[in-house]
Amino acid sequence: MSGTFVGMPAFPEAARDAVHDTTLRGNLRHATHTIRAKRASAVAELSDWAELREAGKRIKDHTLRHLDRYLEQLEESVTAAGGTVHWATDADEANRIVAGLVKATGESEVVKVKSMATQEIGLNEALEAEGIRAYETDLAELIVQLGKDRPSHILVPAIHRNRGEIREIFAREMSEWGRPAPEGLTDTPAELAEAARRHLREKFLRAKVGVSGANFMVAETGTLVVVESEGNGRMCLTLPETLISVVGIEKVVPAWRDLEVFLQTLPRSSTAERMNPYTSTWTGTTDEDGPRTFHLVLLDNGRTDTLADEVGRQALRCIRCSACLNVCPVYERAGGHAYGSVYPGPIGAILSPQLRGTGSEIDASLPYASSLCGACYDVCPVAIDIPEVLVHLRERVVEGGRVTRAGNKVVLQPAKGHAAERAAMRAARWAFTHPGVLRTGQRLASRTRRLHPRSLPGPGRAWSGTRDLPPVPAEPFRDWWQRMRGGDGEKGAAG
Amino acid sequence: MSSRERILGRVRRALAGVPEDGTPYERAVARGYLREHGRRTTGQTVDLLAENLADYRAIVHRSDAAGLAGLVARLLAARGASSVLVPPGLDEDWLASTEVTRVADRAESTPGELDRVDSVVTACALAVAETGTIVLDGSPDQGRRRITLVPDHHICVVRVPDQVVASVPQALERLDPARPLTWISGPSATSDIELDRVEGVHGPRTLEVVLVG
Repeated sequence: MSGTFVGMPAFPEAARDAVHDTTLRGNLRHATHTIRAKRASAVAELSDWAELREAGKRIKDHTLRHLDRYLEQLEESVTAAGGTVHWATDADEANRIVAGLVKATGESEVVKVKSMATQEIGLNEALEAEGIRAYETDLAELIVQLGKDRPSHILVPAIHRNRGEIREIFAREMSEWGRPAPEGLTDTPAELAEAARRHLREKFLRAKVGVSGANFMVAETGTLVVVESEGNGRMCLTLPETLISVVGIEKVVPAWRDLEVFLQTLPRSSTAERMNPYTSTWTGTTDEDGPRTFHLVLLDNGRTDTLADEVGRQALRCIRCSACLNVCPVYERAGGHAYGSVYPGPIGAILSPQLRGTGSEIDASLPYASSLCGACYDVCPVAIDIPEVLVHLRERVVEGGRVTRAGNKVVLQPAKGHAAERAAMRAARWAFTHPGVLRTGQRLASRTRRLHPRSLPGPGRAWSGTRDLPPVPAEPFRDWWQRMRGGDGEKGAAG
Repeated sequence: MSSRERILGRVRRALAGVPEDGTPYERAVARGYLREHGRRTTGQTVDLLAENLADYRAIVHRSDAAGLAGLVARLLAARGASSVLVPPGLDEDWLASTEVTRVADRAESTPGELDRVDSVVTACALAVAETGTIVLDGSPDQGRRRITLVPDHHICVVRVPDQVVASVPQALERLDPARPLTWISGPSATSDIELDRVEGVHGPRTLEVVLVG
């Protein structure tokens, strides 16, 4: 994934810094709480939400089960409609393809619609290295790009910035990139939006190449769908002569009809609107309307490896709504940057370690970036059981085992740093399978309870640093049971 | 081996252990969700459309066929528009009462030229009541996608009740995926500053919808 995030510290370390940043905490709390209540009421308007959620899940599962077939069908329909389909196994290949396509047009700048896939592959940096300048046109992406910052939210990459900070970035940086911010710019959102409109308009009007992602691709018809708010998407999709869309292979759905589910669940889950201001659909090219040339780059970059994992593959159902980020107590406090990936929050904690593998410190720590409260699962419009995948990935990090990386099956070694945990689990297993030992141990623990320390020594210190040790009762439960029931219970307890 | 073969091969290997599932697409997905939320008369559906359009800051007007030209003329005058983009197949009667300079929707026009036009008047393919959405499909009375994007003021005429559907599922049934579609729900907006909605970014900042019937 993006080189921007290379060398990120593990989640606990990055989060520790973030939670001490009071501005960041305030910004995140304000934004996530604003959207939470609105989402709940947008969802409550639909009495069949549960059925829509189930249908969305089934459509995605069915597609993933037959992904090869639907990708081939998609390629055929896009080609028949006048588009050209390219396949990219990883980020480097996708970047090479896009850079090559841009160069072939003779242009040295592109306008971009907000896209997670192009962020994931670090397209802007790759194009820059080839002498091509990519202009982000989504307001939040613009704030991130001008502020030389990193995205911290799927939907609103600049969620960590408040209006005052945005004003400062615009006033300071816009002139570097084009039309400067107006004199006396204030921090009212309407004025900030106006400044972005003026700044970007000249770029839209002269753009010859647009780069986008897509929210959905319809195999049956070859139609691509972009869901947006500002109109920057429409600008990039209709004004340039050449359109290049980079889309993850999991974004395909079988039929046109399937959009009736997602166009209801996505806007309500993401911006809490009945419908987002603009949705564009296009099928190949249209004579004398919009781009004359359309390229679709289908991106793997770890998705097929994720598909190979029986438990983890459900993460590929994700439609990038970001509802799970907005409800997550950990995200609200730690912020998006601590996740070290363009995919932050609960979905990022299960997606990044699968797309990138658990080799790096940050990726091995992400499955632990959760209290497993389950709020993410409740709001997910495609019912991804994020806690289940988190626990599964924790097991993989600790125990190692067979995984697929870049299409090859490999055996992962157990991670270092979990030796004490593994030893404790082995000891527990031994004790639980030897009832005599367990009984003796419990009695011993009860008798010595006044001597117990309040925190654990050695490797257990970190664990008990944030938790109270459970108090040991004066008498083990089984002894109590036997005493109260005169031994009748022993059989039951053993059975 | 091409990347295409490599990716498709990886997909097949990834799914090799999954039990065979021959359920056809038609039966694989339980579609227990509703085709329409609630029961409404035709009139109530049109009212809901008006309400939801207004909720997202579109300005809604109602008119009968006879009053339409006068209304469009008044809207353009109130806006202070001196030029208006006209799709090739727009009903000529709609602009019969205005003197504003007409600019034809032509393939040769540059985006810069469109940027100098004040307003655009179009019809639509349909409108969705539950979401307050109008959908354009590039038919001759709606024109190229860019003409409803670059000018800052869009007047869209919806024939009620014929062009109004209740819900998103009903809309998709009636639309042709082969045409380039633009779904519009209110004027351009953003939630990018503190996750709160602000109207008015790149698309037309003023959207006026005329319900004619």
